[in-house]
Amino acid sequence: MNGKSNELLLIAAIARLIADPAAHPARHVAVGAASPIPAAACWLAKMQGADIRLSLLHRPRGNPFSEGTRELFDLAGQGRIDLFFLGGGQIDGAANINLIGTGAWPGTGVRFPGSFGSAFMYLTVHRTILFREEHSARVLVPRVDHVSAPGISSPGTFRRGHAQALVTGRCVFRFDPTRARFSLASLHPGETRETVRAATGFDYDEPADIATTAGPTEAQAATLAGPVCDAMIETYPDFCRRVWGRGAKEEAA
Amino acid sequence: MDVDALAALVPDGAQLALVPDNSLSPGAFARALVRRGVRDLRLVGVPVAGYATDLLIGAGCVAELETSAVTLGEAGMAPRFAAALAAGRLRVVDTTCPAMHTRLQAAEKGVPFMPLRGVLGSDLVAHRPDWKVIDNPFQPRGAEAADPILLLPALSPEFAAFHAAMADEEGNVWVGRRRELATLAHAAQRSLVTVERRVPGNMLEDERLAPGVIAAVYVSAIAVARHGAWPIGLLDEYGYDAAHIDLYAKLARSEPGFAEYCARFVAAPTEPPATILAAE
Repeated sequence: MNGKSNELLLIAAIARLIADPAAHPARHVAVGAASPIPAAACWLAKMQGADIRLSLLHRPRGNPFSEGTRELFDLAGQGRIDLFFLGGGQIDGAANINLIGTGAWPGTGVRFPGSFGSAFMYLTVHRTILFREEHSARVLVPRVDHVSAPGISSPGTFRRGHAQALVTGRCVFRFDPTRARFSLASLHPGETRETVRAATGFDYDEPADIATTAGPTEAQAATLAGPVCDAMIETYPDFCRRVWGRGAKEEAA
Repeated sequence: MDVDALAALVPDGAQLALVPDNSLSPGAFARALVRRGVRDLRLVGVPVAGYATDLLIGAGCVAELETSAVTLGEAGMAPRFAAALAAGRLRVVDTTCPAMHTRLQAAEKGVPFMPLRGVLGSDLVAHRPDWKVIDNPFQPRGAEAADPILLLPALSPEFAAFHAAMADEEGNVWVGRRRELATLAHAAQRSLVTVERRVPGNMLEDERLAPGVIAAVYVSAIAVARHGAWPIGLLDEYGYDAAHIDLYAKLARSEPGFAEYCARFVAAPTEPPATILAAE
């Protein structure tokens, strides 16, 4: 699988999770910095007809907020953000995420960038899709060294939602918050139960039937290369050049 | 007053709040602080730190950093931050973005603390002895279970610094929609502001400009620094210089590379490349 088709596969997989009728409806989705694949998935879901308001936090122009960067958190605090995306330097089998680092606090082994808003957003938004392209035992660990944001909360602790799924470069896991446990949902083309098990540091359930993650249909691929790329090119020029071979300069001309 | 005179107002050991690379971070002011040779700064990332913070850490100006994250965006981890932490030369106090906003909002209201939802269950709480968890005293009558909620102490940074588009004759500054800078200026004890240009009159008398103004009552000192955000962008006036941040990230990976960066871009005031200003 080449890099480009891999990215399209991840976009299609996340777009399906966004539109999942069984999940809390994604009427307002916020997408943070450096997240071109989740952003493309949101645009795809929206352009296929999902009723989504999309707030892209790092648009250089036309940013969705006018009350400063705290407005995102104020919205989430009120329950006005339905879906958010988080990643992690480490993610464990209970969906805890670590953005602090490894070794002793505050990350004296390998330091990660820091927790950003994760400790708040994971508890206040209605659902979260975890996305980390690197799928290795280094990232997907039995137990994170430090918890930036907890996968589940103790009873009585205010919390609106949990991880819906974890999407990686090898597969899609679904998360069950009542059991604090992932379950393998689909394997990307080229992966097997064994390759995923070998690359995953945490334990998870493996149902008898596991689908192959479907890439975009022809119509979806055309939507992605056309209007989705148009919508993303100003914010993510390098990504658009790499995936669709289109540059911001050519677009501006 | 020029940017070097503005930087001279910050004493060694001061607490200084800086803003991230998408929010009018004062690039020229950070380089002037390095030239001034300030020491033992206690930096506060509001809520995230970037280029200016990494530069100051690399130059040995910083003793402590409280922040939600340090990042150079697409250019990746902030290399001098990571090196200083690994070498034990930097005390790092981790927080989370809305906690920083909330602490400043408490300060601008003049109240000692404010509550915040979420965060409970994060290891951050255990590492912040200055944070407290209480039971919500306003639970509906008859509620049986406890409702724990986080309380955060107000934060009034000794200094805040940012770059605004313009200052008027009254000393008001204009930051457009970047209202997080207004919250910061309201909370800080002294706000030092570099501006692209001076404009005549009083912007508060212009209904179109007034919503983007931080009033002079919150501003301690102003210096004109043309292209003073660079390599950070300034609203729709000039863009973020990704090529320069990439160059910084590459050079700052090593001590000699960082020294080369400082010799080329920090030792004397530097102008951005023409490509960045093409949009002006």
